[in-house]
Amino acid sequence: MRYLMFVATDPENAPDSTGEGTLAIEEWVAKNDAAGTRIMGNRLRPAEDATTVRRRDGKVLVTDGPFAESREWIAGFDILECADLDEAIAIAAEHPMAAAGRLELRPFWPLEF
Amino acid sequence: MPDVHAALADVVARERLRVVASLIRVFGDWDLADDMFAEATERALRRWPVDGIPANPGAWLTTTARRRAIDVVRRRAVESGKLAEVAMQESRETGELPAITDDRLRLMFTCCHPALPLDARVALTLKVVAGLPTAAVGRAFLVSEQTISKRLQRAKQKIANAGIPYRVPTEEMLPERLDGVLTVVYLIFTEGWAGAADGALADEAIRLGRVLLELLPSSDEARALLALMLLQHARRDARTVDGSLVTLEDQDRSRWDTDAIGEALALLRAPARERGSYRIQAEIAAVHANAPHADHTDWPAIVAGYDELYRIQPSPVVALNRAVAIGMADGPHAGLAVLDELASDPRLSGYHPLHAVRGELLARAGQPADGAIELARAAELAATEQERTQIRRRLASLQSADSE
Repeated sequence: MRYLMFVATDPENAPDSTGEGTLAIEEWVAKNDAAGTRIMGNRLRPAEDATTVRRRDGKVLVTDGPFAESREWIAGFDILECADLDEAIAIAAEHPMAAAGRLELRPFWPLEF
Repeated sequence: MPDVHAALADVVARERLRVVASLIRVFGDWDLADDMFAEATERALRRWPVDGIPANPGAWLTTTARRRAIDVVRRRAVESGKLAEVAMQESRETGELPAITDDRLRLMFTCCHPALPLDARVALTLKVVAGLPTAAVGRAFLVSEQTISKRLQRAKQKIANAGIPYRVPTEEMLPERLDGVLTVVYLIFTEGWAGAADGALADEAIRLGRVLLELLPSSDEARALLALMLLQHARRDARTVDGSLVTLEDQDRSRWDTDAIGEALALLRAPARERGSYRIQAEIAAVHANAPHADHTDWPAIVAGYDELYRIQPSPVVALNRAVAIGMADGPHAGLAVLDELASDPRLSGYHPLHAVRGELLARAGQPADGAIELARAAELAATEQERTQIRRRLASLQSADSE
């Protein structure tokens, strides 16, 4: 199964103070690239560099900023290829942002043509 | 001809979980598993009176349900033109079944997966593991059959869509996930998710606790949870008189279920490698169970228990129970001193037992008027009529004693 993992900040909760259980980002990427569990991923520029696009009344509307105003921001993403949710959870739990922020796992919903 | 209905009811009670769990593993379809098990039992009602009750009725149900499931899957595959899936199902089907007990355990872990909302975990466990009819699950949640049926369907969809696995968690995840399963079982026991708490589901929870311990015999916490539930349940007949609540102190201990207590104490005799919260709570309950009369309670042992419990579970409710125990062991003033430290905890604001305990301790400290004020406040805050009645009765006895 494929999952999109959003890497986000967590303004409501303090980071984990133990410093246990997570890997440095380079290690995490290297480990999961080698295992074939990370298809791709990257950091994302902050919300002030975001652009929102929509089409209304036949016109393309372009606005500055993200479509959802919130205190948290999505700092990056990874596409994971896992046997099941538990494998994805185990991988996410080792990501440094699991301790510093939070991660959201969204399963792909493949289109069938 | 032996009674087919009785034989079938008996085998369903013993084997349903095993059969349904193995069908889910083989076919990966929860609704199909349920439907085919129901069909197999209906078939048994038709066949057994004619053919006689099979030598191994559980195996008969399994085989019948699996054959029917294969037919359904094949027909579906042919209809959708996906013959490759038939081949896949057949290869799965011919594979030898590994330890069948694993299927029951798999099912419990999947139903209690933390990626599901808590109420869905409870509902799935009641419906799929305990085998309650959907309407009964709805009643447990105080919602209609239609509402609970939607919630169950939604949970099954998430299991499929999010890739929630059907297996026992890896060793790394096991302790945490087992905690989750135990929490669900204990919530079913206390009905702590619905606020109903009329004890209707306690028997189900104890049954689940037994299955869990049978499947994980080396789990200290599964053993302790079963002991805890048995000890609490042993007091069920003494807990109410004519519909009103009776405090532990005033209960007629001859009405406690000595068989359940004996079973629980035997479970606790096995030494625990790990002392978790259920173990400590069970040991505290065992101290009460061992006291033939409330006056004989070993309160210092209970204080020690709550000290230990508070270290691993520093919740205000544990702290409050600890204060009660200190009040009993070292006198009301000592208890009140501990309560004073607690009173500012915002998590206890509006929590009626805080005021009830305070009122009780003040009364025993020779300040019945102050105690009455606290009890009146507790009665205002209590959520159920049963609790209000109990507090008001105590309040009345305090006021009549005061006026003498």
